[in-house]
Amino acid sequence: MGLVAGRVLVAGEGRGPLLRLDEPISFWGGVDPVSGTIADPRHANFGTSIAGTVLAVPSAVGSSSSSAIMLELLREGTAPAAILLGHADAILSLGVIVGEELGYAGIPILEMPVGELVSFPQGVQLHVSPEGIVTQASS
Amino acid sequence: MTLELTDYERSLIGGSQGDATAMAMRILVSAAELVGAGELVEIRSAHIDGCLHHGDGGVEFAERLADGGGRVAVDTTLNVGALDLLHPDKVRAGAHKTAMARRQMDAYVRMGAEPTFTCAPYQIGHLPDVGEQVAWGESNAIAFVNSVLGARTERYGDFLDACCALTGRAPLHGLHLEENRAATVVVDASHVPSELKARDVFYPVLGTWLGLEVGRDIAAIVGLPAATTRDQLKALGAAAASTGAVALFHVVGVTPEAATLDAATHGQVPGRTVALTAEMLRGSLARLSTAGQGGRVDAVAVGSPHFSIGEFEHLVRLVSGRRLAVPFYACTARGTLLALEEQGDAEVLREAGVEIIVDTCVVVTPILPASGGVLMTNSGKFAHYGPSNTGYEVLYGSLEDCVDSAVAGRALSSPEVWAW
Repeated sequence: MGLVAGRVLVAGEGRGPLLRLDEPISFWGGVDPVSGTIADPRHANFGTSIAGTVLAVPSAVGSSSSSAIMLELLREGTAPAAILLGHADAILSLGVIVGEELGYAGIPILEMPVGELVSFPQGVQLHVSPEGIVTQASS
Repeated sequence: MTLELTDYERSLIGGSQGDATAMAMRILVSAAELVGAGELVEIRSAHIDGCLHHGDGGVEFAERLADGGGRVAVDTTLNVGALDLLHPDKVRAGAHKTAMARRQMDAYVRMGAEPTFTCAPYQIGHLPDVGEQVAWGESNAIAFVNSVLGARTERYGDFLDACCALTGRAPLHGLHLEENRAATVVVDASHVPSELKARDVFYPVLGTWLGLEVGRDIAAIVGLPAATTRDQLKALGAAAASTGAVALFHVVGVTPEAATLDAATHGQVPGRTVALTAEMLRGSLARLSTAGQGGRVDAVAVGSPHFSIGEFEHLVRLVSGRRLAVPFYACTARGTLLALEEQGDAEVLREAGVEIIVDTCVVVTPILPASGGVLMTNSGKFAHYGPSNTGYEVLYGSLEDCVDSAVAGRALSSPEVWAW
């Protein structure tokens, strides 16, 4: 099966169904920190839950308060299982780093050309390794 | 690039200044490595945008640092919280949220930060010098301190601003470095009529356009009056930082790093030049309103960024002897309110029906009447965030139009200002 390598922004291991978004997302104002659903009515995936997914997005945009939303998602247990970003983002990564300092379970964040993930169908179970390797998970 | 730390910086990680500073240094080092900084830079001040309650994780972070003996290492101001601590009844929040929001604000004060609770610390005496290295959070404050004051900060946000304050350090990269501060885009406003450029209502519209069209690039704006005021530049920057990730702009002949166009571009040929047209401005103006003209107005809000003394004095002249028919909120720093009380203006404003809000503002916490409707404002930032954060439709207009509409209870506008 396919294998894609990313650059590790935050190291960790994660497993979950692939949720690929075609549009960038702002976590602040764009994701509900309690439920983990996409809360921006203007976003194409409005209402979709990102909780437990391997979330692939072209980029994270918007307010620096997105690190605070990332922290709340980790605290509430509604964070994605891993995040794959087309462009590196220090703000989301910072939310995870702070969460790990506070003793919450962290998640891996990788930078990778998200276009390379098109070989994986939406919803397929993926595994992200601490070294930044994404593979289809054996179920 | 490998991050090189000094002996002192390494000692902080080892706990030489206590557990809280060690934690702050660990987070700062991770952040510096993420952005590829080669070293840290000493800062002279910090502005922390971490007082606003998004959830209880933010409280836990602040209390972990405060309980661990954390103390700010440099002069540190605080951005707004979710409560008006001087007028607690004005915010509608449940008991849990109120208690947690209060604990979050208190934790930063316990660490030695000044309880300013304002997004405009530069209006209450915190004015870094040109070239000074600082670590400021909150998008309008970042744009102002970089552009209008010529101090140097990157875009800091929740958590990292506090880590900079506790360690007195920031990652040396981005706008901390001289070579990254050159304008790469020239915006030519010389064809905009001078009558329009003399009006405050022009600047949030220009900022809205700048954020959308220039975004992360650094603009040098030419053709603005030498007499452009700090309040106008504040409004420009706040709007630009709302619609785009604008952290620095130059205004040739006005801002400190732009005595000439050549100085603003560091002598390089700009990547592109854009001449402002009436069509561009009308597009941005239209974007600032979601409600139709001529209809009802249910509330008015001003003061994003927080109102200055000068803006209040203008408001006093407009409302004196009149009675506002709809709720009218003016958001400001508690320090500014104190000055207003002393000069007797607070009394005049309250008599007319103006509610003065401090420590917070109407788009970050529930203050506006729950019934909803149309919110009129002279702020590009309120106009941008109002619909998603408050549920109100928004109508943008000048301060004069806002007061006239609040007296009449319906939207009155002056479209002729935009005739060009």
